[in-house]
Amino acid sequence: MSETTAMLDEAWDLSPAVALRPEPFGAMAYHFGNRKLTFLKRMPLVEVVRALADQPDVRSTLQTVGVPEAHWPGYVAALQGLAATDMIRPRVTSQANTVQKGVA
Amino acid sequence: MTILESRPVVARPEGGSLIEQFELGLDAPICLTWELTYACNLECAHCLSSSGKRDPRELSTEQCKAVIDELQRMQVFYVNIGGGEPTIRPDFWELLDYAVSHDVGVKFSTNGVRLNPERARFLASTDYVDVQISLDGATPEVNDYVRGPGSYDTAITALKNLQDAGFKDAKISVVCTRQNIGQLDEFKAIADQYGATLRLTRLRPSGRGADVWDELHPLPEQQRELYDWLMANGEKVLTGDSFFHLSAFGEADGGGALPGLNLCGAGRVVCLIDPIGDVYACPFAIHDNFLAGNILADGGFENVWQMSELFNDLRAPQTSGACTKCAFFDACRGGCMAAKFFTGLPLDGPDPECVQGYGETALASGDRVLPAQGKDHSKANPTRNQPVMLTLTRREDVQAPPVSACAENPLAGFTL
Ligand code: SF4
Ligand code: SF4
Repeated sequence: MSETTAMLDEAWDLSPAVALRPEPFGAMAYHFGNRKLTFLKRMPLVEVVRALADQPDVRSTLQTVGVPEAHWPGYVAALQGLAATDMIRPRVTSQANTVQKGVA
Repeated sequence: MTILESRPVVARPEGGSLIEQFELGLDAPICLTWELTYACNLECAHCLSSSGKRDPRELSTEQCKAVIDELQRMQVFYVNIGGGEPTIRPDFWELLDYAVSHDVGVKFSTNGVRLNPERARFLASTDYVDVQISLDGATPEVNDYVRGPGSYDTAITALKNLQDAGFKDAKISVVCTRQNIGQLDEFKAIADQYGATLRLTRLRPSGRGADVWDELHPLPEQQRELYDWLMANGEKVLTGDSFFHLSAFGEADGGGALPGLNLCGAGRVVCLIDPIGDVYACPFAIHDNFLAGNILADGGFENVWQMSELFNDLRAPQTSGACTKCAFFDACRGGCMAAKFFTGLPLDGPDPECVQGYGETALASGDRVLPAQGKDHSKANPTRNQPVMLTLTRREDVQAPPVSACAENPLAGFTL
């Protein structure tokens, strides 16, 4: 549960290498870099993934899409699965960007 | 070959398993094969597309580019290009470039004939291209018996050129036969030697494969050997999910099933665009019964994929006949539609190579009628590349009832 809580407060984005193809049951996600295919089997999950980038964190994304709080752990688990194959990635803030550039 | 006026609405289970969703079809295929030409330098005995001569109606370069544009719009992210021998099309490399720069990745199958050091260096410099070299024997004797004289050396030279050029992870594609199942470890060693990945696929009685299937398809105990080998080596070996009928060797609850998609994807997630733009349910089903339409005559590929009556039938719930009572149905789902069709078995019954033995019984029952193959692009006159097995025993009467699956005599069923 603690991992769930942690992710809820984090900012995530759809990975720039990923395209979402709408399907009757949800969507197919394709990663042009690692060439992995993943299926998002529920419409609300597709909405969540698409909405991530416009929201400050996962919690507000789930609220915006209207996912009942009781289902959040399931959604967070799905997002963690997507993170494992780089379908979504933690948002790099402009500040962090500067730091990274500074290091490079 | 009817194109519907409007797309039928399919009721879908919310959150059902992926297999259930796939059986109902997708908006675009996941596994699209595109055969660019029926022309080939070789004349393999078991060619699934009966290739040999170029079809004069072959799509032009511009028409091929229009197909790629459409695939990009449909978000078909990669395509398996084959033939015939695709690399003997003069515009092959141009089309490869065009696809990759339009977000359509390419995996192409070749016998290696055009993979000289220069082409190998070009391929090594591209991203998003996979190369698959066909090799059906780990020794020249076994390979050349079905693929023709010199074809083993051609394939190995191509692998070496790719490796020397720094191309990473080429695939070696093997059709598993009665003669090469005993060579699986040797195939693996060849793959390791050339930094390649082994890919094993199933021999189906499609195209010229129907002529030699009785002789070449693995024996029941060899199927077991293959299953055990895949269970032991599965992680490092690709199969294109083609052996799901072997999953019935596992537990009835699906334990011991082979990894991958255990279902027949024909017309649901799989299809073929042939060199003249005809769209079939599966690359192993080039027959009028499985022809959905033509991309030039029927308003483009997307229209055929979504509106063909045939494809919509394939996506409707199917009956599984005798298989429904089988405890292993969830693991095997009745096997391969093309294998059943081209051996004259009912589509809603067991696979001819059903590991429970029901296929053999069905094959032996004797009331089967083999479908005519009908789409033959074989060369009219044999050339020096023709495999020797065919010059000895070219079987002209494919209509004749074939021998039972367990006949041991390789000449059985051939008129001499
Ligand atoms: S017909 Fe056979 S080869 Fe084609 S998709 Fe179905 S199982 Fe696979
Ligand atoms: S009877 Fe049908 S489902 Fe059972 S193993 Fe044989 S082909 Fe598969």
